[in-house]
Amino acid sequence: MSMPFYVAPEQMMKDRADFARKGIARGKSLVALQFDEGIAIVAENPSNTLRKVSEIYDRIAFAGVGKYTEYDQLRVAGIRAADLKGYQFSRLDVDARSLANQYAQIIGQIFTHEVKPLEVEILVAELGGTADRDQLFHILYDGTVIDEQQYSVLGGDADAIQVRLKEQFAPGMNLTAAVKSAVYALSTGDKTVDSEDVEVAVLRRDGDRRCFSRVPDSAIAECFS
Amino acid sequence: MPKSSFATMCKRVANRPSLSRMSMPFRLDDDPGANFSALLHRIGLSPFEVGSHGSLAVPHATTCVAIRTADGVVMGGDRRATSGNLISHREMEKVVEADQFSGVAIAGAAGPAMEMVKLFQLQIEHYEKVEGVSLSLEGKANQLSMFVRSNLPAAMQGFMVVPIFAGYDHVTERGRLWDYDATGGRYEERDFVATGSGMLHAGAVLRMAWKRDLSTSAAVELVSRALWEAADADSATGGPDTTRGIFPTVAIITASGFARVGDDLLARVYQEIAEGVVRP
Repeated sequence: MSMPFYVAPEQMMKDRADFARKGIARGKSLVALQFDEGIAIVAENPSNTLRKVSEIYDRIAFAGVGKYTEYDQLRVAGIRAADLKGYQFSRLDVDARSLANQYAQIIGQIFTHEVKPLEVEILVAELGGTADRDQLFHILYDGTVIDEQQYSVLGGDADAIQVRLKEQFAPGMNLTAAVKSAVYALSTGDKTVDSEDVEVAVLRRDGDRRCFSRVPDSAIAECFS
Repeated sequence: MPKSSFATMCKRVANRPSLSRMSMPFRLDDDPGANFSALLHRIGLSPFEVGSHGSLAVPHATTCVAIRTADGVVMGGDRRATSGNLISHREMEKVVEADQFSGVAIAGAAGPAMEMVKLFQLQIEHYEKVEGVSLSLEGKANQLSMFVRSNLPAAMQGFMVVPIFAGYDHVTERGRLWDYDATGGRYEERDFVATGSGMLHAGAVLRMAWKRDLSTSAAVELVSRALWEAADADSATGGPDTTRGIFPTVAIITASGFARVGDDLLARVYQEIAEGVVRP
């Protein structure tokens, strides 16, 4: 008769966390930071079609690192939840905090109950009426939610990137400066990040209903010159 | 060998997507994709469903027109909603922005029509967000046709909705317009279209004065004139209300997007039309 192996819960959680962290570290990182007109999200992403950053709702953006198929499913789930809530109640009732909590529940549930945890870290960013009401929710592979101020770093090399970003970050800088400092922060070690490998999207406080927009490649290239 | 672990995981986590609760996207065989109304169906929220009870006196919206111009399209609609002989609203907006490059104008039962427009706007935006690209203009026109068709049972009981859809097509680089019938029949019109109770009068004006490659400003005047005549001859269509400062809704859609014509310009246009009518 075979006996099931006993694995201590501590060991099991540690193994899962290591697995998820390894998966995330294989992908490229991203940085979200405030600038004078809103929030910019700058990702190292060689693909022009498989996006890391996207729109969820009028003032809410989503960004993910790690395994593409997994964070893309989370992205679609977020759009559905937001659009359904806006349809049933009002567009004003859709908020990032509630989305972040729902994401945390799903990711946390999968982390403890499924065969394999999700190898993703995601960001839910909401543009406030003023800069001090902006919200950045960073959600880890195990469902931990971190409410971050001013900037947020997602990905395998987050600690090193965070140190470099802190050197450069200044509240109220313009978009060019924000992209420059984000790219500087992402270029850890002897890595250089080319302008073609950068994806930039912004949530801009410009009075439009839909605040999300992508920054075109030409404008990104200008930030590099 | 179990089924792929991700599929079973999604199945378990998704179990029942309740109202406004987020769940992981569905299994491949029942995923609604970018279709927002299919998503509503899945969670048990189906618009356009009616029971089999008698007819109710609900507000009806009336006359709308659209014409093709050299640069795109111009749409217009009056502001009146009526319940039988009563005027139920004076400021209804029947011409609304569907997305940046298209608009929809509605005539018929106001409640279902507004719901249809709301759902249509949401569907276009939902598709764009999920898929990462916009629907083609043709795709949007087709989507609206399905909404009109799903309203057919309600239309049979008197809650008919007959929209006009118009927009700027970036593929063919010109304005295009469509009208619909209650069964969802979709007809692309070459030049102009009118719908609602004042359609005969408004349509006659358009038919008389329409020329190929009208300028946008001439088209705005023509649309205003058509609505004026409809209001003059049809009691359910409202004319410009200078006492309250309420003017018909007129919108221009060109390659640079959807824009409402301001009330100050419409006030001038109607002033001119009135001067031609008033007895000295």
